[in-house]
Amino acid sequence: MLRVEACTALGGFELDAALAVPAGTCLALAGPSGAGKSTLLRIAAGLLRPQHGRVTCGDDVWLDTASRHELAPELRACGYVFQDYALFGHMAVWQNVAYGLRGVARGERRRRAEELLARFGIAQLADERPRTLSGGERQRVALARALAPRPRVLLLDEPLSALDARTRASASRELAGVLRETGVPALLVTHDFTEAAVLGDRVAVIDGGRIVQQGTAGELAAAPGSAFIADFTGAVVLTGVARGGPGDLTAVDLDGGGVATSTDRAAGPVALSVHPWEISLGPAGARAEGSAQNHLDAEVVTVTHVGNRVRVGLAAPQPLVAEITGAAVGGLHLAPGMRVTATWKATATRLVSV
Amino acid sequence: MTRGRWFAPALVVALAVALTFLTLPVVAIFVRTSPGNLVAALDDPGVLDALWLSLRTTLTALAIIVVVGTPAAYLLATRMFRGHALVVTLVELPLVLPPAVAGVGLLVAVGPGGIIGAKIADAGVRLALETAGVVVALTFVAAPFFIRGAQAAFAAVERSWLEASRTLGASEVRTFLRVAVPAAAPGMLAGLALAWGRAVGEFGATLIFAGSFRGRTQTAPLAIYERLGTDLDAALALSAVLVAVSGALLLTAKLLGARGVVRAAR
Repeated sequence: MLRVEACTALGGFELDAALAVPAGTCLALAGPSGAGKSTLLRIAAGLLRPQHGRVTCGDDVWLDTASRHELAPELRACGYVFQDYALFGHMAVWQNVAYGLRGVARGERRRRAEELLARFGIAQLADERPRTLSGGERQRVALARALAPRPRVLLLDEPLSALDARTRASASRELAGVLRETGVPALLVTHDFTEAAVLGDRVAVIDGGRIVQQGTAGELAAAPGSAFIADFTGAVVLTGVARGGPGDLTAVDLDGGGVATSTDRAAGPVALSVHPWEISLGPAGARAEGSAQNHLDAEVVTVTHVGNRVRVGLAAPQPLVAEITGAAVGGLHLAPGMRVTATWKATATRLVSV
Repeated sequence: MTRGRWFAPALVVALAVALTFLTLPVVAIFVRTSPGNLVAALDDPGVLDALWLSLRTTLTALAIIVVVGTPAAYLLATRMFRGHALVVTLVELPLVLPPAVAGVGLLVAVGPGGIIGAKIADAGVRLALETAGVVVALTFVAAPFFIRGAQAAFAAVERSWLEASRTLGASEVRTFLRVAVPAAAPGMLAGLALAWGRAVGEFGATLIFAGSFRGRTQTAPLAIYERLGTDLDAALALSAVLVAVSGALLLTAKLLGARGVVRAAR
């Protein structure tokens, strides 16, 4: 179990956060840039000393500012994967991986390094220099190097952000496998909620130096604790004023016009969130059939193909995004400027008081 | 229509004038006497003594500069503290100090009547008018070239490399030796080449602090000055050797500097 508690002032804002990561699980620390997530990681590794804080790994105390106890980074046995991978440019790939192997005979070092490289499918790169590698290869070398000394915790700072979109999907699958295998606590920092959901057993959302919500990715997406978290999880967020609605539902008078209903209970000013894939589109005015309760007339602003889905940007009058299939776009002859009706269920509508 | 047409040719003329003026003295050294005379003059034992002394003293000074300057430059490059800018400026001061002033300063600091000269004399070390004094003068004028180069080279090493090394179990000392120094090596060597060039050409501070005694304190530039009136061929021969050495050092610095820049860009 890795525990990190830190309270420190950092150029303009205060970091005040506590985390616990059980062995064999990965906690994804997600939040916008400047939220303090990398700072927490650096505190865990001993690269930064907070004004007040405590870091423990199992029974070992790595940092306790109250008793002025601090263990140097080299004594903490943290496997750290840096955002830019930080591979040593003046060493061959195998030497990078062998760098953390201490007390191992010379010939044995190379063998152990190659063994690890082989596990990542890049044994043939052992004698290359890091600058000749692709982004995906560098990421694997960085992981192999961090794992070589058998670390007691794994700290990963945006491990996928330096990769292009194509490489990221496969690297993400591979990383998820590695995180499952190592059996040590892993703390991963990312600004992307989808990445946090894929790689983290649990997700902690950090904003302005504070952890605002923790849970599984599913819990966070289904019951966001604030409009910020709803927005961060990729949901559409609309603002309005809630009041009692028909049949025990809550009705929300949306700012700018329109009414939506929700099964959540709330009163007064609220943020309403719904996932883009819950929203379906139909010809303007068509709202009779089906069980969905919420209908908003909207104008199509953008039509963007993302993989096998299409993101449709709408003005209604607050901005909305719907995700539908390419076949549906063709069937409706969707094009910017067209008027449509956006429809979703009251049960898919989350309300958060603001 | 022809407005501004003169500008480009004017630039070319300016460069041609500058280039001619700056290279003419160097060319003159080699064409003033025949190559045969130059080589013959090098046979003079006095000339060889001066070159040998220059080599010994500059290499000793460089060794001192590297041993003390490397950690000092690392500290300046990796740590911020109050008065950092002031310390950097003080270290760079000898770069702009007139050599004669440096010589006088050394004399009243560590010379026989200097403020800490007596203590040094008590320790049994004689500097003024001795070979050791030449080394002191060379170290004083050349050290800033190396420290500046090494500091820039250390500052260009990715901070995350140093941090990665620490998280991989390496102490600060091991990180310095295994990551920082090898990564900064091209820039450090470029600074070293410039420092060597400055030391080889040192004249004023050496003359004032150590004097000009053959075989003891008379380095190549001092020997040139002494021979100028009596044996022009010997002076020219020494000059030719110094031109070759200086040119080689400048080229080395440029190549290493360029390599360092290319590496950093990757």
